Amino acid sequence: MSAVAQRELVVCGALALAIVLLAVVALGTGDYPLSVVEVARAMFATDGGFDTTIVLEWRLPRVLVALVFGAALALSGAIFQSVTRNPLGSPDIIGFATGSYTGALIVLTLVGDSYVSTAVGAVGGGLVTAAVVYLLAYRRGMQGFRLIIVGIAVTAILHSVNTWLLLRAQVEVAMAASIWGAGSISLVGWDEALPAFAVLAVLAATVIVLARGMRQLELGDDAAKAHGLRVEPARLALLVVGVALIAVVTASSGPIAFVALAAPQIATRLTKSAGLPLVASALTGAFLLLAADFVAQHLLPSAVPVGMVTVVIGGLYLIGLLIGQARKPL
Amino acid sequence: MTAPRLHADDVTLAYDQRVISRGLSAEIPDGSFTVIVGPNACGKSTLLRSFSRLLKPSAGRVVLDGKAIDRYKPKEVARTIGLLPQTSVAPEGITVADLVARGRYPHQNFLRQWSTADEAAVWAAMEATNVQSLATRQLDELSGGQRQRVWVAMALAQETPILLLDEPTTYLDIAHQIDLLDLFAHLHREGNTIVAVLHDLNHAARYATHLVVMKDGEVVTTGAPRDIVTAELVGDVFGLSCLVIDDPVSHTPLVIPKSGQWQD
Repeated sequence: MSAVAQRELVVCGALALAIVLLAVVALGTGDYPLSVVEVARAMFATDGGFDTTIVLEWRLPRVLVALVFGAALALSGAIFQSVTRNPLGSPDIIGFATGSYTGALIVLTLVGDSYVSTAVGAVGGGLVTAAVVYLLAYRRGMQGFRLIIVGIAVTAILHSVNTWLLLRAQVEVAMAASIWGAGSISLVGWDEALPAFAVLAVLAATVIVLARGMRQLELGDDAAKAHGLRVEPARLALLVVGVALIAVVTASSGPIAFVALAAPQIATRLTKSAGLPLVASALTGAFLLLAADFVAQHLLPSAVPVGMVTVVIGGLYLIGLLIGQARKPL
Repeated sequence: MTAPRLHADDVTLAYDQRVISRGLSAEIPDGSFTVIVGPNACGKSTLLRSFSRLLKPSAGRVVLDGKAIDRYKPKEVARTIGLLPQTSVAPEGITVADLVARGRYPHQNFLRQWSTADEAAVWAAMEATNVQSLATRQLDELSGGQRQRVWVAMALAQETPILLLDEPTTYLDIAHQIDLLDLFAHLHREGNTIVAVLHDLNHAARYATHLVVMKDGEVVTTGAPRDIVTAELVGDVFGLSCLVIDDPVSHTPLVIPKSGQWQD
């Protein structure tokens, strides 16, 4: 095994350990604090009583949602950044999250507030946006840079559409929409989480199958084609899975920025791997979202949606990234 | 005489509406070191791209082993024809061995991802290109000449009997150019069919066993350099007045330009 692969394994192990530790702390923190031992007993004892209810019914769904959604967002980001060959090529930058919000807003104003209709609207909005961006950017094959520019333009348009929709909506609808739009996982319980987990598991399995093609695409279209990859279908499949990953998450939680953007880049720096490491990205994303949710829930004077925490960190990260890119000779 | 393994039959090659070649036919003799030469924008790289399935002819067909090349599965072609593209990109931080290993893609599938045959092919490719001592180094740290050798190694790892090279010596200094051409000549002697697009007519005349001379999207003439490279041909194709003498080292045609103040 090469030194790089070894390093990747070590980093993944360390990330997994950090996730478990943070998860135990998160499960024990709240209005009714529990020690590590109490958390463990509540998890595994058959008659844990009230502690079991708190840990398994109240806190565990939220922790798991943070982990799974964080991993899904990071995977989506890794796919987009690889296909566009650009650390800015993240689904939240190129309009899919904004498109999901538009879809959800349309449904909220026309149909009314229900979990299912909002989710359908969000997924539909994300997919339609993705298709529009892809078609506008497609010219004799797909070029990453054009995808990003078109995506940013579409995002700008959708932002004003979203504002317009909010202004026209009734106050209660606008309130509900704004809460959804802030991006929160506090309202996701087992009933909503399990179907989302199932879909995300299928998507993650698809990513594993597509990963080999992704590694070929990293070599440029000519080399990938010369190696026998069907370049455009492979790229389209990757984009579809990437969009689906973020759409499912956004449908349940509202748009959560930053994780898809930053997790793959952090994972790449940690592992020093060639190309974007998928497993390490997923683990980094899981850790980031759980940490951000912990901050949102417990460390701020009053609890806020996790999307607000990630947006603030993400803004700082993005500025740093842009400065770094501007300094790099082209 | 039977048709060679790889040939283009009456193909029209175009990017969108821009037609480069119309009704073009060309053959790659089996076991040859074929070099395609011609002035800039004469369509030589385009022809090579059609041979490597990167560009689908809008009419006519490229034939491999008696069957149109686009009727094969892509990976099947990739096990017969390898390509060194004009430009490739490497993921940041990739090591030489990892990059060469990616050339094994056509021999792998989801269930059979890495085998001892892959391992052996990767090492053989690095040995042939003399980069095995760089195996664990990152590509970004290498010099231009070393890097190009690594890209060649990736194409060699594909283990294809036919190897296409699109301007493989561009951007290299003369020593590295000759170094690389010697490597291709060696691969040719080992039994590979080599097809290269080269800019330098003297290099082409020295190394090629078969020349394809192109101008304005058409094949002007083909044949062994000694038989076809004359001052008249160079004047016709490149619009350059020159003297063609015998290369004292390789005894192949050597083109000496006679332009500017040396014009007679």
